[in-house]
Amino acid sequence: MEEIPYTATARPDTGVYNAKLGTWLFLASEVMLFGALFSSYILLRVGAAEWPHGADILSVPIGTFNTLVLIASSVTMVMSWASLKMNDFRKYKIFMGLTILLALVFLVVKTFEYNDKFSHHLFPGTSTFLAIYFTLTGLHALHIIGGVIVNSYFWGPGRRMWKTEPERFTNRVEVAGLYWHFVDLVWIFLFPVLYLL
Amino acid sequence: MTLDQGTTAGHGSHDAAHEHELAFWRKYIFSTDHKIIGIQDGFTSLFFLFFGFTLMMLMRWQLAYPGEPVPGLYFIIPIAAIGGAIAIVTAIRRSYLSLAGVVFLGLAGVVWFLVTGDERMPEGIMLPEFYNQLGAMHGTIMVFLGIVPLAVGAFGNYVVPLQIGAPDMAFPKLNMVSYWVYFVGGLVMLGSFFVPGGAANSGWTSYTPLAIIATTGQTLWLLGMVFIITSSLLGSINFITTIVQLRAKGLSFMRLPFFVWAQFVTAFLLLLGFPPLEAAAAMQLMDRLVGTSFFLPSGLVVSGVAVEVSGGGSPLLWQHLFWFLAHPEVYVLILPAMGIIAEVIANNTRKPLWGYKSMVYSIIFIGFMSFIVWAHHMFLTGMGTVISAFFQTTTMIISIPSVVILTALFVSLWGGSIRFNTPMLFALAFLPMFGIGGLTGLPLGLAPTDVPLHDTYYVIGHFHYIVAPGTIFAMFAGIYYWFPKVTGRRLNETLGKIHFWGSFAAMNFIFMPMLIQGLAGVSRRLWDGGAEFAHAQEVLYLNEVMSVAAWVLAIFQLPFIFNFFRTIRKGKKVSENIWEATTLEWAAAPTPPPHGNFVVIPEVHRGPYEYSLPGQEKDYTPQNQLAEA
Repeated sequence: MEEIPYTATARPDTGVYNAKLGTWLFLASEVMLFGALFSSYILLRVGAAEWPHGADILSVPIGTFNTLVLIASSVTMVMSWASLKMNDFRKYKIFMGLTILLALVFLVVKTFEYNDKFSHHLFPGTSTFLAIYFTLTGLHALHIIGGVIVNSYFWGPGRRMWKTEPERFTNRVEVAGLYWHFVDLVWIFLFPVLYLL
Repeated sequence: MTLDQGTTAGHGSHDAAHEHELAFWRKYIFSTDHKIIGIQDGFTSLFFLFFGFTLMMLMRWQLAYPGEPVPGLYFIIPIAAIGGAIAIVTAIRRSYLSLAGVVFLGLAGVVWFLVTGDERMPEGIMLPEFYNQLGAMHGTIMVFLGIVPLAVGAFGNYVVPLQIGAPDMAFPKLNMVSYWVYFVGGLVMLGSFFVPGGAANSGWTSYTPLAIIATTGQTLWLLGMVFIITSSLLGSINFITTIVQLRAKGLSFMRLPFFVWAQFVTAFLLLLGFPPLEAAAAMQLMDRLVGTSFFLPSGLVVSGVAVEVSGGGSPLLWQHLFWFLAHPEVYVLILPAMGIIAEVIANNTRKPLWGYKSMVYSIIFIGFMSFIVWAHHMFLTGMGTVISAFFQTTTMIISIPSVVILTALFVSLWGGSIRFNTPMLFALAFLPMFGIGGLTGLPLGLAPTDVPLHDTYYVIGHFHYIVAPGTIFAMFAGIYYWFPKVTGRRLNETLGKIHFWGSFAAMNFIFMPMLIQGLAGVSRRLWDGGAEFAHAQEVLYLNEVMSVAAWVLAIFQLPFIFNFFRTIRKGKKVSENIWEATTLEWAAAPTPPPHGNFVVIPEVHRGPYEYSLPGQEKDYTPQNQLAEA
């Protein structure tokens, strides 16, 4: 049987390897998913009689802190990939570990934030603003959890591939990074839309 | 890929030996081979098509003879008989096809469950609530569990890698996951009949706020949809990557068979259309389970009681999000069908497709336009004349490329020496049937004419002409055309022709009267088929005509089912390239193709439909044949 081509190297006329194209396509669908929710936010807000100011309900300092955490995790994600490119596996492990750690920090902070809302009797059913807030940030948190799982796999058991197929492993980390940057980018939109506007 | 041919062949034999060791469940159940997955998709979706059709046959009884007890046994006995026959015969032969017999017996059990029970059919008389469940689930099952998995999952999976000269799909494991996620989604949908209150009953469109106050079945419908959507997303990513990355050497985009183009555009529609529905399903789930009111307006009153919700939601928002998927979905249903028809017509006219390039540009244009026509389903929602004007304009524009493709297919027949075999008969019938479906759609795309026709049987007649004698005929054409590739045996022609002529006649007796009833103003959602309405009286007799035709249609599927299972074991063995086709799946791959598809990955030297080239010995020149020196 022929092996499936272009799993590690780029196809010359398209310039990408399979997983990279697949990941970009996946991200395109993700754009449509979050795009639909953002559009719903706009339609609901435009049609609402009144709409609260995000900062009155949500904590801007906590949101800002979490934004910085995610941006930092994006940087460490790039560094982990760059370390592999430079053949430094020890540094890869450090940076990938940091990325996972920062993502966990984000989730812990988010949990406290949710808990705070619940303790003040602010639930998704309370108002349309809170409904869209919990839906958008909840879906985003699920994406963060997904990213943590994937990254932990590449940090843990999945890293064995570095010994057998280093190029393919580097590619895997690269596309995991593409996804991770996307999840960060979604937050960069979520934060001002929900907390500041 | 740097292996030379000698080592490749050595590799192949080594792998064949290895494959032999694979356990049954790895080879046939959790397989990563695109061909096995395609067959799995095919069997599963054909089962769901049959099940969805059974639901409709039950409804047709109620429509023809409102309030009379359903002779449930008449429905169960034939299905149980088919199942029993298949199970016994195949069990004697110790074939894994016994599974199909068991599935049919299970289906008979499900139908038995449906036609009994006081909350569904007390003393055999169908309750309106149950009628609504059947209606909603017929639509859902036929579209999402039947046709899409058959057109994309089965045909796309099996044929695309072969036609582009690839050893498999780009992501084989993802392919397997995609099938099993679809399978679970199907089980959830089936299971929803068994929960208290029964299955979803708010129509396949699940319009809000009705769907939010509906019974538990609606929650399962939404969960099932999340599974189905996930499956489609994984599939579409796989298809696009495969077509872009794994085309054989020399196979440029303008040399792709039209079927591959159709799958390519379809995959984009699934990729970009489904996520908004997923978002909408998530929001409806929130509304139902967590108490939000995304789709619930302030001051909502249900059965005279004010509903306690925060309000502020928009019922129209659901319709926008739903149709943003569901209109591209209409093209998901028809584009792969067009692809199959193009393959069959080119092959059986022994001529190149007329206007291949125009067809390719048209299908790309359809794909693009299908995302900006969705609100023509919503002319009656009061969204305003300006928005209506925009959407009716785009709707008229999208009809142009569809007409281009249909015209090109018609002109392709001109002057060909046509072979009238079963696949070609289905393909030829597709053309006028799809034509009727398309033309009856124009009045629905224009706001002024849509107003009186909206929600009448005219709409049902219109889109069933497209998906039933249109898409489903194309699916049959595809099954008869590629069956020899999959099994190495050809389906019996006589049985095939009985199947075709019977289905063709019955289909028209089902759907043409719907157009007439619709023009008379009969609503599509009436439990009694319009018996209570004065304006429906004159066309009421048609209900019986349509119902009898539906049961006749079922009878004419029996030769197909018999032919299908018999041929797998006993059919006439055929040569490698039985249709003398030019495309790679016939010209370059062994029949049936082994794991890995090709002994040597082919190289492509010419376009897809080089039939009857002047100066050639044969009337077909395969894509992988070198140019004459």
